[in-house]
Amino acid sequence: MTGHDHDHHHHDHEHSELSETELRVRALETVLTEKGYVDPAALDAIIQAYETKIGPHNGAQVVAKAWSDPAFKRSLLDDATKAVSTLGHVSRVGDHLVAVENTPQRHNMVVCTLCSCYPWEMLGLPPVWYKAAPYRSRAVKDPRGVLTDFGVSLPKDTEIRVWDSTAETRFLVLPMRPEGTDGWSEQQLAELVTRDSMIGTGFPKTPGA
Amino acid sequence: MNGVHDMGGMDGFGKVEPELNEPMFHAEWEARVLAMVRAMGAAGAFNIDTSRFYREMLPPHIYLSSSYYRKWLLGLEDLLIDKGYVATGEVAAGHALEAAKPLKRGKFRLDDVERIMVRGKFGRPAPAAAKFKAGDHVRAKNIHPATHTRLPRYARGHVGVIERDHGCQVFPDSAATESGENPQWLYTVVFDGAELWGPDADPTVKISIDAFEPYLEAA
Repeated sequence: MTGHDHDHHHHDHEHSELSETELRVRALETVLTEKGYVDPAALDAIIQAYETKIGPHNGAQVVAKAWSDPAFKRSLLDDATKAVSTLGHVSRVGDHLVAVENTPQRHNMVVCTLCSCYPWEMLGLPPVWYKAAPYRSRAVKDPRGVLTDFGVSLPKDTEIRVWDSTAETRFLVLPMRPEGTDGWSEQQLAELVTRDSMIGTGFPKTPGA
Repeated sequence: MNGVHDMGGMDGFGKVEPELNEPMFHAEWEARVLAMVRAMGAAGAFNIDTSRFYREMLPPHIYLSSSYYRKWLLGLEDLLIDKGYVATGEVAAGHALEAAKPLKRGKFRLDDVERIMVRGKFGRPAPAAAKFKAGDHVRAKNIHPATHTRLPRYARGHVGVIERDHGCQVFPDSAATESGENPQWLYTVVFDGAELWGPDADPTVKISIDAFEPYLEAA
């Protein structure tokens, strides 16, 4: 193990933490490249793939389809990996995806208290708050309080189910379809689906909002 | 290990602060760190559990005061040095000083990118029948492994109900220390809020964890 006790001394001096970090990242990449471990162009391609192929638009399409197609919704809740893999237009998904349905009786919320587990293929890379201490510490103990931080309030008697992602299972919340959307196309519906509504810290947008 | 990363139920970290229109990365280096971690893992330098373990082993004050990708960077450096892929001093020098150690799957190249954009498979054939089934009452064992585990402290010693069975999967506690995949049954176990947080808990709250069979005993 290398020690990091020296770290916090550095950034008080000539460098901000950011620039010290930046130099260190460049140095590490140079070392890995010189040693023949990685091709920097492959690193560029990984970043580009994250920037273009994954994101909440994938999850939104899945949710919109579940809202429009009862058979798809059943198969999604039964085996989300299998159901999502039948949608050619959504990026491929790995194993162990579980979709959980919000109802008037029950609201689902997803957290990873131990690190940052999150359904990347469905929602993209997690936002900073999802990976940070306030959310990770409180979501399992005081989910209503956490929802208040998001401006979300639920009826007092609604059950809140918090899913702590402690293994490789990944959870996607299927929010309730907003009222006033009868006859909407999947594409129109997908525009109402927010990232936070699929984590359980928000609701879908309402028509006209 | 009972580290600061095991945050469920801790107080004092303040409000959740969502950022409006948050960018995917807040600086270019964050993206480079993400890409290096994914590439070196895919090339066979480490598995995902080992990389998590190294972030957990950062000293608590560093863990708590570093940004997310800074933790990834520090964990990656320690891991690559410990496993002999990078020599001490090479990062400070900014150049390779010693010969490379061969990677299990060889250099990470452009045509490897596509395969890493789909998550790995963690399901494995079952070495034994499952001990528990949906509806069973189980207690999360009161155990405190000194190395990586995915049983959060807040659940230990408490009784919940098996809700789902996810089949047999790679056991992180073994994989993290490179002791083999040691596949174990994995279950979703649901706890009442009051069981975890006492009589003052919100009665409408239930919490589930995904728990491997060795974490559980019949209750």
